[in-house]
Amino acid sequence: MTRAGAVPGAAGVSAGRSERLAARGGALRVARVWPAVAFGITGLVLWELVVVLGRVPAFLLPPPSAIVAQIGAQAPVIVATTAVTGGNAAVGLVAGFVLGVALALLAARSRLFQDLATPVVLAASAVPIVALAPVFTTMFGSTTEVARRLVVTVLVIVPVFVSTARGLRQVQPVHAELMTSLAATPWQHARFVRLPGAVPYIMTGLRLAAPAAVIAAIVAEYFGGLQNGLGSRISSAAANTAYARAWAFVAASIALGLLFHLAGLLAERLVTRGLRT
Amino acid sequence: MTSGGAVTLAGVEKHFGDVHALDGIDLEVCAGEFVSLIGPSGCGKSTLLRIVADLEHPTGGTALVGGKTPQQARLDQDYGIAFQQAGLLEWRSVTENVELPLHVHGVGKADRRARAAELLELVGLHEFAGSRPSELSGGMQQRVAIARALAPSPRLLLMDEPFGALDEMTRERMQAELLRIIGETGAAVLFVTHSIPEAVVLSDRVVVMSPRPGRITEIVPGRRPGARAATDLVPDDVEDVRESGAFFAAITAVREALRKGHE
Repeated sequence: MTRAGAVPGAAGVSAGRSERLAARGGALRVARVWPAVAFGITGLVLWELVVVLGRVPAFLLPPPSAIVAQIGAQAPVIVATTAVTGGNAAVGLVAGFVLGVALALLAARSRLFQDLATPVVLAASAVPIVALAPVFTTMFGSTTEVARRLVVTVLVIVPVFVSTARGLRQVQPVHAELMTSLAATPWQHARFVRLPGAVPYIMTGLRLAAPAAVIAAIVAEYFGGLQNGLGSRISSAAANTAYARAWAFVAASIALGLLFHLAGLLAERLVTRGLRT
Repeated sequence: MTSGGAVTLAGVEKHFGDVHALDGIDLEVCAGEFVSLIGPSGCGKSTLLRIVADLEHPTGGTALVGGKTPQQARLDQDYGIAFQQAGLLEWRSVTENVELPLHVHGVGKADRRARAAELLELVGLHEFAGSRPSELSGGMQQRVAIARALAPSPRLLLMDEPFGALDEMTRERMQAELLRIIGETGAAVLFVTHSIPEAVVLSDRVVVMSPRPGRITEIVPGRRPGARAATDLVPDDVEDVRESGAFFAAITAVREALRKGHE
């Protein structure tokens, strides 16, 4: 409906229609969401019933009611630990994003660098990067967040590099010839054509990397260091047989992952929509 | 190097591996002259234009653009170029697309804006200055591309089938527009086309080429309105040209030259 104004005479007609469409869209969205919500609630109720009626031991599976009670009791701690882990994920995400884009630009710029960097980055994607966590913790000391942020950074670089590199290769031949005819330098070619053209690909890389950053930040905490994040709380609660509390922190982890996923999705939508209109 | 010509080609050859694309091309385009290249597909007319633009290198002979090597002319921005695809950058507004050549060459923002406004006025698109390319029709996009090519005020305009993707009515309107624009700027034009009427109505001279290896079969005088080379008749309007007997005679001459090239 953004173009309605460009068609004279149609604007007035389409305004009313767009409201109706929006209302219908809202109804449709509710209609699409409620089965999933109902399914989730049914699942929780069944879970509760199975645990209570089946006398499942708490270390095997605590009931949702106990987890919810723990979330209430631990609320300040959960918020604080989620902030720490979320902060690590965010710092690593930004650093990895910047490095991934920069490396892809260098690779597009120089053939030699591309031949050197591409295999390394692709090999990095095959290595389980969280395996580096204990090594980094030893390297940077167990009283800082550096090791965890570094794990996130390394993990984020890969999808951002791969999708940015792909975007930078999608130059239309007519644009390449135009820049040649304008005697543009390689840097101008990157600035005027390659980089803006790659933006949708770069944003896709960011969207893919965002939830992965949370996973990496949590898992990195399992390998020692400060006991201030979600991952360390989950492992210490589980070790202390406080199973419902462990699950409460798991629930917070899920929420944090969803938050990053939605933020990535939103950033991608906003940027690519800004380009189209 | 002394040459008053906008383009001077002497014995230009082009081989792509075993393929002999161009064979001994001699051609002079004078300042302010409109010259069309016409011929069957694969005759090397686009290759010839790309050699002038320094997008291809000849394998023999010499090419001069305003007395310089094509490379020097490209580096000095002595020519503007328009392709069959408008090739606008979707993420830039119409104004920013027209400004692109000036932006690349470090012209200040105020001067760029002023020049773009002037050019959009010239091509009749000033109302769309802030629009995105995707909001324009194909013909309008091509006019933006022409405005972009004219931005650095080149003395030579290279056009590779710029109207090839447009419908016939739009195409005829664009031809009239192009003549008016070129008339105002006084630039020389080297124009590649598949269309005989297009070549005849636009050009001072129509260069007819043979199938591969591309050679110049014949040079037929065109019917460009108000042009020096249109000897016996100088109509003041493109529509008059299209309906004149001389126009049809010129079309017949080009057709016969094309057929001769095939024998």
